[in-house]
Amino acid sequence: MTIDTIKMRRLSESLAEGEVRGRSLWADARKRFMKNKAAVAGVIMLVLVTAYAFLGDYVAAYTYDFKDFAIMGHAAETGAPSWSNGHYFGVDNDGRDMFAVTAQGTRISLMVGIVGTVIAVIVGTIYGAVSGYAGGRTDGIMMRIVDILLSIPFMFVIILLLVMFGRSISMLFAGIGLLSWLNMARIVRGQTLSLKNKEYIEAARATGVPAWKIILRHVVPNLLGIVAVYATLLVPDMILTESFISFLGLGVQAPMTSLGALISDGAKTMQYGTIWALLVPLFFFVVTMFAFYFIGDGLRDALDPKDR
Amino acid sequence: MFAYIVKRIAVAIPTLLILIIISFLLMHAAPGGPFTSEKKYPAQVLANLNEKYGLDQPLWKQMATYVWNIVRHFDFGPSFVYKDRTVNEVIAQGFPVTLVYGSISFVVATIVGIALGAVAALKQNTWVDYLAVGISIGAQVLPSFVIAPILVLVFTLWLGWLPGGGWEHGEVRYVIMPVIALSTAYMASIARITRSSMLEVLTSNHIRTARAKGLPEWKVILRHTLKPAMLPVVSYLGPAFVTMITGSVVVDMYFSTGGIGRSFVDAALNRDYSVMMGVTILVGALTIFFNLVVDILYAWIDPKIRY
Repeated sequence: MTIDTIKMRRLSESLAEGEVRGRSLWADARKRFMKNKAAVAGVIMLVLVTAYAFLGDYVAAYTYDFKDFAIMGHAAETGAPSWSNGHYFGVDNDGRDMFAVTAQGTRISLMVGIVGTVIAVIVGTIYGAVSGYAGGRTDGIMMRIVDILLSIPFMFVIILLLVMFGRSISMLFAGIGLLSWLNMARIVRGQTLSLKNKEYIEAARATGVPAWKIILRHVVPNLLGIVAVYATLLVPDMILTESFISFLGLGVQAPMTSLGALISDGAKTMQYGTIWALLVPLFFFVVTMFAFYFIGDGLRDALDPKDR
Repeated sequence: MFAYIVKRIAVAIPTLLILIIISFLLMHAAPGGPFTSEKKYPAQVLANLNEKYGLDQPLWKQMATYVWNIVRHFDFGPSFVYKDRTVNEVIAQGFPVTLVYGSISFVVATIVGIALGAVAALKQNTWVDYLAVGISIGAQVLPSFVIAPILVLVFTLWLGWLPGGGWEHGEVRYVIMPVIALSTAYMASIARITRSSMLEVLTSNHIRTARAKGLPEWKVILRHTLKPAMLPVVSYLGPAFVTMITGSVVVDMYFSTGGIGRSFVDAALNRDYSVMMGVTILVGALTIFFNLVVDILYAWIDPKIRY
């Protein structure tokens, strides 16, 4: 939803021609990426958020499943963020230490985003490359399947899956994985179509290289640019999907949590005065989203020198 | 054109059938039947219940009956949890509400989005452009479930201007926040798409020609820029519709507007499979129908499209 189709198309055009520039494409791209202030800021933001998510537990004075009964019940008066009692980000209405809980929630959200994207990259790239390379009727049928699956309201199907087969992280991964590869397959297929008629592919075919080897050796490596850009933009989409489901109370279960679940908890209890229980997870959510968008945009501009 | 429409419809119908079959099989594969509970029913009662809901029939027959009832009578069957309500009644209660604030959001988002994007493109690289782009990036990372609490925090808790929830038959004060929460995300997307599409059109040859032959600027923009620039926007309307439907779940949950999303989540939490399926299929049918309309609209606007 959040991906700009026009820019993606332009990128795809320029990447299809890109191999003329030969090996310097990635080196060029790196140089351009480093010059893009927003993208570099995105990388720094992402590194900080990741460090917090994975190392926060060692800094926190409490664990994420610890409930501070001394503060629980009057969190609004005594649970505000404070250095002195070790609750750096405050305590929410249930007596949970926001610092530890948010670190854990951010970790889950990042993992969901990355797992969903990895599935999308693997399945989508192979599916799209095969479909595009095969062409003809096979291509028609394979793309029709994607079209049909795309017009199914997937959010509802994921929720259906979660309710029927029990709410677990693996089910969430399965549901998100089911939906994430579809657009990737489409984009990869389009790119494969324009790569397919290049001379080096023709040369490979003329020398009798089998089709699967052409796809793996010659098509897939040349798809990396567009896949990398799309994958970076897909991570926030996946995080969004997971947060959405968790917000509805259908995602990960307590004591585990995710950013969406925390935002939901915070929103429900903010009228009692524990505003930090909303603002802390909200802050990390927004920063993570911005970071991925900036990196994705930067990558796209870096790989597409024409689009200024 | 007619052949194209027929072809599109011919694709839409199997899509809908596949959706119905997937949700039906999912429901059937779920562990535990609808009558599995703490208290064991006597065998005879269970048999009677199964007979009443047709669960003693072979699977294919159940599925055929289910599909047939939907197609023939638009009947989604009884609710598995509420003995006195049918799925149709649940849908009839929530759907009109969703439709009202959904349509308002859709219109608002489209108009504001296009206007914002067009202004940004016309004033490219000025502060107006940066402001519009900034708003749209901000709105993009603020999905409905983030905007809703912020709105309530500001307008209900701090300023006390608007009620924090409820519907009251669509009184204006109750509609404002749901509409903002729902429309912001895709208003931003539409603005971004309009902007980049306008920028592309503005540099094309026919615009230079139009200006060269001395057309007034408003005519150049309205007739020669805006219309071709609308193509990607129109093709985005389909996905936008899906975003809106899913977003309405959050709006219903957060603002207690009582729309269809609420019924869906309640059904999900109560494991009321037939209501969940009914809503999923209804939403799927709407999505497919909407995509169909968008496709036809697109073919009608763009003369280049192949039928």
